Amino acid sequence: MSLPPGTRVRARLGDPDHHTRVPRYVRGHTGVIVEDTGQWPLPDDVARRIDPPRVETVYAVRFPAADLWGSGDHSVILDLWESYLEEAEAR
Amino acid sequence: MTSSHAELPVAARVRRLEERAIAAGLATDAELDEKLAQLYQHSVPLNGARMAARAWLDAGYRDRLLIDGNAAAAELGFAISDYHLKVVANEPGVHNLIVCTLCSCYPVSLLGPSPSWYKSLAYRSRAVREPRAVLTEFGLVLPVDTEIRVWDANSERRYLVLPRHPEHTEGMTEEELTGLVTLGGLVGTAAV
Repeated sequence: MSLPPGTRVRARLGDPDHHTRVPRYVRGHTGVIVEDTGQWPLPDDVARRIDPPRVETVYAVRFPAADLWGSGDHSVILDLWESYLEEAEAR
Repeated sequence: MTSSHAELPVAARVRRLEERAIAAGLATDAELDEKLAQLYQHSVPLNGARMAARAWLDAGYRDRLLIDGNAAAAELGFAISDYHLKVVANEPGVHNLIVCTLCSCYPVSLLGPSPSWYKSLAYRSRAVREPRAVLTEFGLVLPVDTEIRVWDANSERRYLVLPRHPEHTEGMTEEELTGLVTLGGLVGTAAV
């Protein structure tokens, strides 16, 4: 099921010992889904040659800079596979 | 500045990799040279500039570009097979900037091989943290109330910025407008 734009999600904490595409700077932070970008193989599985890799929905998620860095009025948008995310409580 | 790339340590590593590929029968020297020649001949920033100029003059093309970048690129003859193109438009009060913090992902076929600053640790780490300061160093000072959106190309999507249509360009042809678009404008480090 696709999460609609506006849904608040948190990037999972945790530091896997394999390749992943969650930059450290968003781990544990809460952002808002901008759009569903489609289904893509999970890079963590592809890099470990897990065949077939999990195919998941990838969401563009927007994070306010002030939350990520403690300052700044810009926002950072990046694409996160669904297993990188957990639903966050409504604010 | 070094006088030649051939003197860089990385050149020796690339050559060793090429020799391994050739020894394994995966390619020949001539094929590798041909691949590079094709890349440098066809993958140039002019491609992205043409898309921007077309979008300024043709509102229908602009809409298609923002909805499906690959299809809009194909309309101008640029076939993209290895990534999904997402075009983000600058608007009054909104400025977009592209970075790849994890490595150096970049729409090479539309912009050419990426400049070294794009791959530098300094740009990759600072663009997400203090974009306004980075842009000022590039010579782009934005109004304080302009919202900056930084797009980190960490997935299979590649980004291109559609700069704002410059003022006082009424009557210019598409070709003339294309000539105004810079690489920085398409990455977001310049206004156009």
